[in-house]
Amino acid sequence: MKRVLMILLILTTGGIKLSAQTKGKKAPAAKPKVVTGAVMANGKKIYGQYCLACHMADGAGVPNMNPPLTKTSYVLGDKTRLINVILNGLATGEEIDGETYTNIMPPHNFLKDQEIADVLSFVRNSFGNKAGGISVAEVKAIRAKNTKK
Amino acid sequence: MKKILLIPVLLSALVFFTLYAFKDISALGGPKPDADNVGLKLPEGFGALKVADIGAKARHIVVTPQGTIYIKLARVKDEKGIIVLKENSDGRAQITGGFGNYGGTGIYMKDGYLYASSNKEVFRYKLNDKNEVIDPNNPEIIVKGLKMGRQHETKSIVLDNDGNLYVNIGVPSNSCQVQDRGLRSPGIPGCPLLDSAAGIWQFKKDKLNQSYSEGVRYATGLRNVVGLDWNQQNNQLYVMQHGRDNLNSSWPEIYDTKESAELPAECLYALKKGDNAGWPFMYYDGLQHKKIVAPEYGGDKKKEADPKYLDPVVAYPAHMAPNGLLFYTGNMFPEKYKNGAFIAFHGSWNRAPEPQKGFFVVFQPFKNGKPSGDWEIFADNFAGTPEKASMNKADHRPCGLAQGADGSLYVTDDAKGTIYRIVYNKK
Ligand code: HEC
Repeated sequence: MKRVLMILLILTTGGIKLSAQTKGKKAPAAKPKVVTGAVMANGKKIYGQYCLACHMADGAGVPNMNPPLTKTSYVLGDKTRLINVILNGLATGEEIDGETYTNIMPPHNFLKDQEIADVLSFVRNSFGNKAGGISVAEVKAIRAKNTKK
Repeated sequence: MKKILLIPVLLSALVFFTLYAFKDISALGGPKPDADNVGLKLPEGFGALKVADIGAKARHIVVTPQGTIYIKLARVKDEKGIIVLKENSDGRAQITGGFGNYGGTGIYMKDGYLYASSNKEVFRYKLNDKNEVIDPNNPEIIVKGLKMGRQHETKSIVLDNDGNLYVNIGVPSNSCQVQDRGLRSPGIPGCPLLDSAAGIWQFKKDKLNQSYSEGVRYATGLRNVVGLDWNQQNNQLYVMQHGRDNLNSSWPEIYDTKESAELPAECLYALKKGDNAGWPFMYYDGLQHKKIVAPEYGGDKKKEADPKYLDPVVAYPAHMAPNGLLFYTGNMFPEKYKNGAFIAFHGSWNRAPEPQKGFFVVFQPFKNGKPSGDWEIFADNFAGTPEKASMNKADHRPCGLAQGADGSLYVTDDAKGTIYRIVYNKK
C-alpha cells in the first residue's frame, strides 16, 4: 500500500512538473490544478503532523488564538502569500478577515517543497474550501526567490 | 351548614400551604434559580440564574455588597472596557453604564478603590460609600509601562492586606525557544525574558506611576497566570499557572500526541516572595508527580529538574486554562465549601487530536489552609453539550469568578458574555 502511494505520489509530482513545464511561464493560472487523491492523502498526513495542533482537525482554529483555515482570504487568495505563510510563519498579529489572533505561527521551512504543495493543496480542498492545488514548482520558485534576497 | 364551613377552612389551608411552600425562598430573600439553571450542571441543592447577557468578552468581575457589578472586558466595546450593571431584587441586572477605554482582564476591589488593568497598566478609581466610582474618567495610574506581547498579554491583579498590589506579567513565548513554538527549536540559554515577564510583580497599592524599577519581582518562573487570589486564611498569594503547549509539535521524537495532550499539569501554586516555579527550564508532570526538565533545555521527558524549583500544591489535567481562582469565604454554601477554592477552567485547545477538556468550574476542598481531598467538577456544561466542549464550538467559556455579599458565586463567560450566579437553595 505504501509503495503504491509512493508511486502515485511520484507520478503526480512528475505530472505536475511536466504540465508546469509544458505550459510555460506565461500561462495564466486560470485553470485550477486538479488535486489527486494521493496529494490529498499526503496533505492530510502532513496537516495532522504539523498543523492540526493549532488549526484543529476541522480547520476551525481557536477563537482569539489560532485563525481558522475555512475560506479565509489567505487560504483562497494569493498563492505567493499563502506559500510564504508556511515558509516564513506569521507573527504580525494583523487582522485576518476581521479578527486578530494572539498566537504565532512558526516558520515551516523545514518541510520539503512536495510536502508544502501537498498540505496546501489539501487545505485548499478541505474544511469547505474548493480551490486549485499548489504545485511543487510554485513552492520551489517562491522558496528560491526568498533565499535570494 | 357543614359545607359552608368547609370552604373557608379549605381556602385558608390552601393559603397556608402556599405560603409555607415558598417560606424557604422568602426566608432566604435571595433570587431564585432559573428553571434550567442556565444550562449548567450543578451539585444537588445548587441552582443558577442568568444575571445578564452583556454580549461582550467578559473577563474578571467584581460584585459589591450594594449589588453593583463591574466587569472587565477583553476588548473595548463602544469605548468602554469596564461594564457597570445594577442588580434588581430578583437577581437580574441591567447595564447602567461603563468607562475605561481599554481592554484587559484584571479587576479587583479593596479598601474603597476599584483597581483595573489594561494589558500594560494598572489604574484605580476611588469609590464612594456605596461603592460607586466617583470619577470614571480620571483614574489614578498605579502601574505603567509593563511588557505586553502578543500572547499571555493580560495582567491579572489582586491585593493583599498590607498595602501591596500583585500583577501577573505573562511571557510572550511558549517555552523560551529561539523560534517560538518551532520544530526542535532549543531554549535560549538562561531565558532573558525572565527579567521582565513570566512572574508576579509586587507594587505599592497607593503609589502612582510605578513601573519595573519601583516594583519587586515577587515570584518568577511562571509562564502565564490568569486566575489568582489572596488567601485570607493563610494570608498568602495563590496562583494558577497556564502550563506550556506544543510538546508534540515541537518535539515529536520525544512526545506523542497523547502525551502532549496530558502534559504538563495545570498547577496551583502557593507563593512566597522569591519563589521560582521553574518555567521555562522545567514543567510539572502530573502523571509522574515530578518536576521534569523541559525538552528545550535538554529534557527527555524523564530527567528530573533541579529540586530548588517550587512544587505545586495541586496539579490538574493539562491545558484546561485556569482563568479564575476564588477562595470561598461566604456562608451560603454548605460547610465543606468554606475556605476552599473555586477554579474556572476556560477550556483547552492544545489537546488536539485528543478530545478537549475544561469548560467547567472546579471545586478544590481545603482544610486548615491546605488542599485536602480530591477536586471535583462543581459547575459543568458551559459548552452546551459534551460534544461542544472545544474552543471553537463551546457556547460559553467560564473565565472570571466573584463572591456576592450573600455568598453566591458569580461566573463570567468570555465567549458570549453571559453572567451566571450560582446559589444554594437547600436548607
Ligand atoms: C503553533 C501553532 C501553529 C501551527 C503549528 C501552524 N499554524 Fe498556521 N497560524 C497560526 C497562527 C497563530 C496564525 C496567525 C498568525 C498571526 O495572526 O500573526 C496562523 C496563520 C496561518 C494562515 C494564514 C491565516 C489564515 O487563517 O488563513 C495559514 C494559511 C496557516 N496558518 C496554515 C497553516 C498550515 C498549513 C500549517 C501546517 C503546515 C500551520 N498553519 C501550522 C498558528 C499555527
